[in-house]
Amino acid sequence: MKVGLFIPCYIDQFYPQVGIATLSLLEKLGCEVVYPQGQTCCGQPMANSGFEHLTAGCNELFVDHFQGFDYIVAPSGSCVLHIKDHLHVDHKEVAATHIRQRIYELSEFLTDVLKVENLPARFPHKVGIHQSCHGQRGLGLSQMSELVAAPFSKPQQLLQMVEGLELIDLKRTDECCGFGGTFCVFEEAVSVKMGKDRIADHVNNGAEYITGNDVSCLMHLEGILRRQHSHIKVLHIAEILNAGIN
Amino acid sequence: MEQKHKEHSVLAEAFNNNEPRVNWHDETLWWVRQKRDKMAWTLPEWEELREAASQIKHNVLGNLHDYLLAFEKNAIANGAVVHWAADAAEHNRIVLQLLQQQGVKRIVKSKSMLTEECHLNPYLAEHGIEVVDTDLGERIVQLAKEPPSHIVLPCIHKKKEEIGDLFHEHLGTPAGNADPKFLTAAARLHLRKEFIQSRVAITGVNFAVAETGEMVVCTNEGNADMGAHLADVHIACMGIEKIIPERKHLGVFLRLLARSATGQPITTYSSHFRKPKAGQQVHIVLVDNGRSRQLGREDFRNSLKCIRCGACMNTCPVYRRSGGHSYHNAIAGPIGSILAPNLDMKDYADLPFASTLCGSCSNVCPVKIDIHQQLYKWRQVLTKEGHTKKTKAAGMHAMNIVLSKPGLYKTAGGVGRWVMRTFPAVVNNGMNPWYKQREMPEAPKQSFADWYKKNRQ
Repeated sequence: MKVGLFIPCYIDQFYPQVGIATLSLLEKLGCEVVYPQGQTCCGQPMANSGFEHLTAGCNELFVDHFQGFDYIVAPSGSCVLHIKDHLHVDHKEVAATHIRQRIYELSEFLTDVLKVENLPARFPHKVGIHQSCHGQRGLGLSQMSELVAAPFSKPQQLLQMVEGLELIDLKRTDECCGFGGTFCVFEEAVSVKMGKDRIADHVNNGAEYITGNDVSCLMHLEGILRRQHSHIKVLHIAEILNAGIN
Repeated sequence: MEQKHKEHSVLAEAFNNNEPRVNWHDETLWWVRQKRDKMAWTLPEWEELREAASQIKHNVLGNLHDYLLAFEKNAIANGAVVHWAADAAEHNRIVLQLLQQQGVKRIVKSKSMLTEECHLNPYLAEHGIEVVDTDLGERIVQLAKEPPSHIVLPCIHKKKEEIGDLFHEHLGTPAGNADPKFLTAAARLHLRKEFIQSRVAITGVNFAVAETGEMVVCTNEGNADMGAHLADVHIACMGIEKIIPERKHLGVFLRLLARSATGQPITTYSSHFRKPKAGQQVHIVLVDNGRSRQLGREDFRNSLKCIRCGACMNTCPVYRRSGGHSYHNAIAGPIGSILAPNLDMKDYADLPFASTLCGSCSNVCPVKIDIHQQLYKWRQVLTKEGHTKKTKAAGMHAMNIVLSKPGLYKTAGGVGRWVMRTFPAVVNNGMNPWYKQREMPEAPKQSFADWYKKNRQ
C-alpha cells in the first residue's frame, strides 16, 4: 500500500513535529509512505476567502504531486475536506477524481482503511478533544450534537487505545473554536472570544492537553493559551497516537 | 467599497467590548439551542421529518407559480382580497392605501419578518400612521427604538432590568421593577387597549395553504388572533415562498417549527385564517421582493425553503457572540447572511464572511438548507462581482503566487521563519490582528520538508 503524505503548508512551516509524528505513525503501522517534495497548499485559504478562482495553480500542483498513490493521507480534516470538495483540474480530471476519492484525514485512515484496533501508545494525561468542524461535520469523523443519530467518534476510538490517557468530558462537545481561516484576522474579536470560550470549557473540565485533528484550530487555541500563560498544551492527535511507540 | 452600514466585524468588535454581556448573550441562546436538542431527541423520526420538510419545500419551489395561482384562486373564493407586490415599495404602498381607505392613524401588527424586511413601520410613520407591534418582544424593541435582533426572539439582546426601565419610561410601571411576570402583565394591559381600539390589524403568515387558500399564523402570545379577530380589516403580509401545497403538510412543518425555534412541541397558537367573518375584510399581500431572483440563482434557490425558526441563529457561535444587530439586516445570523446579498450585494457583502463555515447551521435547519455551503458560494460570487477590499484582493493574489511556485514557497517560508525568530517585532505588533490577543506560533529552524530531506531521502 503506497501512501502519499500530504503535509499542509502551515504544518510544514510551523509544526514540523506533527508531520514527523504522522509519518512515523504510518510507517510503524506498515505503510509505505512517500512525501512528495514540492507540495505547497490545498488552496483553501484563498477559496474560503472568496478567491476559489485563484486556486488553479495550487490544484495543478496538488494533482501533479499526488497522482498515482493508493491513498493520500494528511493530518488535517480541513485541508482534506477542501480537496474532497474542490479539487478540479480540467485537463487532469481523472487524476483529480482519483485523489478526491482516495484522500483521507489521518484518524479516519487509521480506523477505516488500516482498521487499527490497538496502538502501543502511552500518554498518561487528562486530554480534551477539540472536534474541528471540517473534520467532524464535513468529513463525518464523529457524530454531531445537532443530529438525532447514534454516537460515534473516530478520534475518540483511537485515543481510547492509548494507555494511561484519560479523556475529559466537555460542556459543549462540538462548538467551533473560531479559527475559521482568514476569519481569525478579519473577525478578530469574535474569533478570539470563541477560542477563549472553547479553552475555558477544557480548563473547567480539567484538561492538561487539548488535542484535535486540525493544527489550524490548535494553533489558534495555542496562541490564546500562551498569551494567557496557561500551563495547558495543545498536541495534534498524531503526536499522542505516536507517543511511546518505539 | 462604500457601505451604508458599519461592517459586521466592526459591529461585532464593539459588541465584544463588554465581555460579561457577550457571555450572557451566548449562554442565553445556547440554552435555547439545548432546549431544541432535547425536543428533537423526543422524536426518533426527527431526521426523516427534516428530510420530508425539505422535499415538500423543494416541490413548492419547483412549482411555485402554480401553487401561488391556486392559493390566490382559493383565497378569493374564501372571500379574501389578494394583492401582488413586486417589491418592498409596492408592498408598503398597498398597505398604506388600505389603511388610508379606512382612515386609521394607529394600527396593531403581529410579528412579520416580511414587514421588517420592507421597513413598513418607518414608511407608515412617514405617512402619519403609527404601528403598534403586539408581539411582546417586538413591542419592547419598538419602545427602545431598535430593530429586532433575532427573528423569533426579537429582544433577546435585552436584559430584564433594561426592559423594566423601558416600561417605566413608556408604560409607567414603577421604577426599578424588573420582575418578568409583572412586566408581562403590564404589557398585556397596555396591548389590550391597543387591540380593542384598532380597526385594522396586520399579521404575518407562517404557512399559506394552496389547496384551501387559508393562512396559518403561529404565535405564543395569541396576539395575531387578538388583533385579527377584533379588527374590521385584517391585512396579512407574506413572502411568496410561504406556500405549502396541502393542509396535511402542516403536520410536518408545525412539528418542526416550534421544536427548532424554542424547543416547544408546538406554538401555543397555530391559527388558521380561512374565511373573513361577517362584515370583515381580509387582504392578503403576496410579496416577491427579490424572491424570484433568488429562485433563479440555482446555488441559492433553496434558501427560500426557510420557515424562519431561528435555529441557525441560536446554534451559530458567531451570532451568539456578535449579537443580531451586527448583521445590520432585518434577518440576522446565518440565514440572513445568505438571504441579504440577494437584496443588495454591495450593502451586505460582509455578511457571508461573518462565519467560520463550521456547518452547525445546516445541521439544525429543519428544512435542511445547506447554509454554510451557500455562505461559501456567496463569497465566490461577491468576490467576482468586485465587492472585495483592494488590500484583501492584493493579499490573495500574492498568496496565490507564492503557493503556486514550490521554490518560491520554500524560500518565502524559510525567510519568513528566520525573520520571525530574529526580528519578532516585525510580526508581533499592533498591525497584526492575530497578535492582538494571541501569540504567534514559534518559528522552527527547519520545515517538515527540510526534515524529510535530511532524514528520509
